[in-house]
Amino acid sequence: MTTETHLDDLAIKTEALSRIYKIRGAKKGEMRERVALEDINLSIPRGELFGLLGPNGAGKTTLIKILTTLLSPTRGRAWVAGFDVVRESDKVRPRINMVSGGETSGYGLLTVRENLWMFAQFYGIPSRQAHQRIQTLLEMIGLADRANTKSSDLSTGLRQKMNIVRGFMTDPEVLFLDEPTLGLDVQAAREVRAFIRRWMDENPSRTILLTTHYMQEAEELCDRVAIIHEGRILACDTPDHLKQEVQHEAIFQLLVETEQPLNSLALENLPGVLRLHHQWMNGGLQLEISLAEEGVLPLVIGELERQQAHLRSLQKRQPSLEDVFVQLVGLRMEEVERERGNGYHPNTQE
Amino acid sequence: MSVVTATTPIRKNSGWRLFLQTVIGRAYPRVIGQQREKSWMFFEVLLPLINVAAYVYVYRAIGAPEDYVGFVVIGGAMIAFWMNVLWSMSSQLYWEKEQGNLALYIISPAPLMAILLGMAVGGMIATLLRAGAIIALGTWLFNVQYVVMNPWQLLAVFVLTMVALYGLGMMTASVFLLFSREAWHYVNLAMEPVYLLSGFYFPLKNLGFWVALGASIIPLSLGLDAMRQLAFRSGPSLGFLSVPLEIGILSVLSVVFLVAARWLLKTLERLAREEARLTENRR
Repeated sequence: MTTETHLDDLAIKTEALSRIYKIRGAKKGEMRERVALEDINLSIPRGELFGLLGPNGAGKTTLIKILTTLLSPTRGRAWVAGFDVVRESDKVRPRINMVSGGETSGYGLLTVRENLWMFAQFYGIPSRQAHQRIQTLLEMIGLADRANTKSSDLSTGLRQKMNIVRGFMTDPEVLFLDEPTLGLDVQAAREVRAFIRRWMDENPSRTILLTTHYMQEAEELCDRVAIIHEGRILACDTPDHLKQEVQHEAIFQLLVETEQPLNSLALENLPGVLRLHHQWMNGGLQLEISLAEEGVLPLVIGELERQQAHLRSLQKRQPSLEDVFVQLVGLRMEEVERERGNGYHPNTQE
Repeated sequence: MSVVTATTPIRKNSGWRLFLQTVIGRAYPRVIGQQREKSWMFFEVLLPLINVAAYVYVYRAIGAPEDYVGFVVIGGAMIAFWMNVLWSMSSQLYWEKEQGNLALYIISPAPLMAILLGMAVGGMIATLLRAGAIIALGTWLFNVQYVVMNPWQLLAVFVLTMVALYGLGMMTASVFLLFSREAWHYVNLAMEPVYLLSGFYFPLKNLGFWVALGASIIPLSLGLDAMRQLAFRSGPSLGFLSVPLEIGILSVLSVVFLVAARWLLKTLERLAREEARLTENRR
């Protein structure tokens, strides 16, 4: 069978994977359905750091829950480390681990070291080896000096570092990182990302599935990225290849000074203007404008002058995954979040 | 910075070794937690003793046999186990879910039965200390006289009661896997009736045969009754059933509860996975 042949080389494979949630309606006894995942087909080879990029509510966590045997799919199948996540969950579990952003696992009364030792026991790691490994990983992530601190006394960042060690210490074949840097400050997030990259570089057979809604994180860490929106995968490729899709566009960042509201519709309707986003920044209005070609730029500047907006700076920008997302979805990620009413804070991280 | 040891392959036990490690691992926070949170001495020893004292003074005021004072002290100590089973076993998986631990338990290779057993063993050890403190203080304060003719039988009854009681706790914990916040209400609901039906503060026999028989499904009822028969002079005359019969019933209850817990855990885990309740509250 073709599937079996490929499974040996694949860390994760899904076939037409779907999940529909039944949600209680407002009226008594009323049940509604919400499609969280729809026909997800993924093949992730061993050794890859694969990213799932999408806004909150896109289906990233649902997919992780299915792959980590916490949730059954409504339709379709999934394999992790070569085993079916529903029928062979007992074979999947010793081979995986998971770390989620903002998780509060463990017991506050126990120290960092004790919490980690406890979780090591659930994986059958002998105590002595567990303690050695915990010490090494704590040193690597810069938490060794807090090893004997009660976990309830740790800050969010330090607690997340403890969680990271918990996930990595069992040396899983496939590690699931669900928004691992969520809520961390810039420095802590950078350290966690460096740790992840180093862990991958140490052993080419390790696989990570990372979900994030931070574009830069996906770009910096991932070998391949799948963009997921409303339960469907819209694109899947290396970050460079994905960006090439929008490479033909000329993207400019303009900072303008204006005393009257800008008529953005007039700008958007100019021939050759593909997309326009604007926000107030540093006392001026920042425009990000995607053009079909560079030659359209004089038209834009002319329109700005006509509206008595003074150009303070102009910069050509390389396309990012954000541009890919916008091209695929039609909205920026924070706009999707805002529409959903989630508290997306694009500036939480660099 | 050396990273060599982080890449060293690690040995992972499976089978009975993993089961045992899991039990010890999960029992650890229960036992160690008690050492670090000293407030239990007040809330779980002194407060129950106030309740015990109330019954002691009532019995003394009405001139009840002095053994009744001992009955109340033992009952007060056994309440600690019931509270532990209710709050730290039955509803525990709900709290673990809220805290984010349940998902990590499930995705680990550790058997859930071992996790529950670890909770039970840890809870039992921690509660033993509280119950012991209640008995010691109660005995000293109220001058309780024990007449133990067969200490081994008494120990066997106690152990059997614990196995059956914590088996019941493991069984209900499995059921609570499906519940969300309702767990809290169900636990509250179960508390007071069991105080009455277990005969914590009076001989079980006083409930009348049929009610006492029905109450025997709660392992504490028969366990407490048998322990009183074995620890006090007037115990046998106030006992509900004979001690050997009560031991027999407790043995059956232990097996039934443990087997049911195992089956329920497996079945309800599958159901919870299908209905997305392992990590989230009821949708």
